[in-house]
Amino acid sequence: MRVFKIVLRNAFRHRLRTALTILGIATAVLAFGLIRTIVTAWNAGVTASAANRMITRHRVSIIFPVPLVDRTQIARVPGVAGLSWANWFGGVYGNSSDFKNFWPRFAVDANTYFDLYPEFVVPPDQLEAFKKERNACILGRKVAAEHGFKLGDVITMEGDIYPGEWQFVVRGIYHGRDPSVDETQMFFQWDYLYEQVKQREPGRNTDAGFFVLRVDPPGAMPKVSATVDSEFTNSSAPTKTESEREFQQSFVSMSSAIITSLKVISLVIVGIILLVLANTIVMAVRERTREYAVLKTLGFQGRHIAAFIFGEALLIGLAGGVLGVVLTFPLVRAFGLALPGFFPVIRVEPITIVFALGAAALSGLAAGALPTARVVRTSIVNGLRMIG
Amino acid sequence: MTNPLIQLRQVSKAYRRDSLTIPVLQGITLDVPEGEFLALMGPSGSGKTTLLNLIAGIDRPNQGTITVAGTDVTKLGESELAKWRARHIGFVFQFYNLIPVLTAYENVELPLLLTPLSKAERRQHVTTALGLVGLSDRVHHYPRQLSGGQEQRVAIARAIAADPTILVADEPTGDLDRQSAEEVLTLLDRLNKEFHKTIVLVTHDPHAAQRAHTTRHLDKGELQ
Repeated sequence: MRVFKIVLRNAFRHRLRTALTILGIATAVLAFGLIRTIVTAWNAGVTASAANRMITRHRVSIIFPVPLVDRTQIARVPGVAGLSWANWFGGVYGNSSDFKNFWPRFAVDANTYFDLYPEFVVPPDQLEAFKKERNACILGRKVAAEHGFKLGDVITMEGDIYPGEWQFVVRGIYHGRDPSVDETQMFFQWDYLYEQVKQREPGRNTDAGFFVLRVDPPGAMPKVSATVDSEFTNSSAPTKTESEREFQQSFVSMSSAIITSLKVISLVIVGIILLVLANTIVMAVRERTREYAVLKTLGFQGRHIAAFIFGEALLIGLAGGVLGVVLTFPLVRAFGLALPGFFPVIRVEPITIVFALGAAALSGLAAGALPTARVVRTSIVNGLRMIG
Repeated sequence: MTNPLIQLRQVSKAYRRDSLTIPVLQGITLDVPEGEFLALMGPSGSGKTTLLNLIAGIDRPNQGTITVAGTDVTKLGESELAKWRARHIGFVFQFYNLIPVLTAYENVELPLLLTPLSKAERRQHVTTALGLVGLSDRVHHYPRQLSGGQEQRVAIARAIAADPTILVADEPTGDLDRQSAEEVLTLLDRLNKEFHKTIVLVTHDPHAAQRAHTTRHLDKGELQ
């Protein structure tokens, strides 16, 4: 018989109470895990940013285009090893109120874009087919699976930024090089956008939404940024060149209040875990004050008693933590499926598991501290008088 | 009397209740030789349990010295005192105080967990102790599955498992029926006579006190 055996027996002395406590902690850990995962998913674009890519956009706002002709001048800047461009297309597919019908759509330069994004893995034959057909498109694996799109299918959607009906033929399906890559995007030829807009809205200019630069070596990025932006300072479209990470971060920071709120809520949840557990441990220890006095009479010391109480609090806390973490996986999966467009890359990160279990374990230690101190300080004589 | 096992000199004890100081024991001087079976009697509130607690090292006097087996227990720190209790004292409570989630075997094994004994040696001690109290067939029973008399016998087995120097018993028959009480007293008597255990027994029951070699009466905190 060892300490753990006694701890285990004590923990399940009141099975219903312990089970409810574990469930309470599991629910809190579940909420904690989901919130942390959402915050991580929110930052997925920032996390997945390449270290050698920069974005050049209109200095005032991303909604203003930059002249396509500027690409020649930008490509000559020392350090720029590759250049491509793209436009946010928008568009409405099917029922616009259905979340799953929303996914990012970009008009991209067919010849250069995928060279700059090696993380989008497209089979070579599909990429060739995409380049040859004006209204071809390439879809992410997830969005294709979600809607059952196959190669050769025609996708029809209503334009909003670029009005009218648009049709795209699926010629390629890409998958991510690693799990952090967004597999919910759609790319079609920028030339198709240009030609269609020219036909449909004569007089409307179609320029680049933003340029994507590959910088080599990556250490040249500050210099590239300064040089590019200085060249267009006095032009009709002054630019802002920043690392892809900063570019993505600017989108995330728009919702920083929400993210901060979520982080605060996750801290509150840790407090809830602590209170749920502390309540149970305080009750259990109070009921057993007499038993602890008996143990002290037998020669057990404060450190032994502390091991029993902390052990029990840790056991219950971690049991709830593990259950909560296990339940987080299907919940996150269901959440991701329900809102694929909002969270293209949503998964429970190892650090979230560590934080969740760490919160449960720390709560266990904190919950055990006060009752332990009280029991250790209580004299044997007073302890023996206690009626549990 | 030479070399008494338990030696109390001018021991006084008072408790504080808010601003009040309530004297419980006053100037107690007592010698208990090795192998003695001493009964402490007296009315409620006379201080007999307090005296027993002081001898067992679970309470401390305000004044005086208590020397047990050559050690002045009043000078020991908390940790040393706990180790001393584990080595020298076997305590039998009125209400048995077994740990309800542990079997009879595991309850008896508890004090042995503090010793350097191996698992096999502990098993031998537990089996012997439970055999001695006549409960070899109840080793895997939980306290709730035992009668009051059986629970008290398990408690005695727990008290003697580590072979302590002194056995102290606080009203060990107070919660038992006549027959169970008789069994427990016979057991204590046997431990004293056959195994030469020094026993200090606190009791209200004159019948129980008759089993002791010596009976001392306490009244208002003073030994008569």
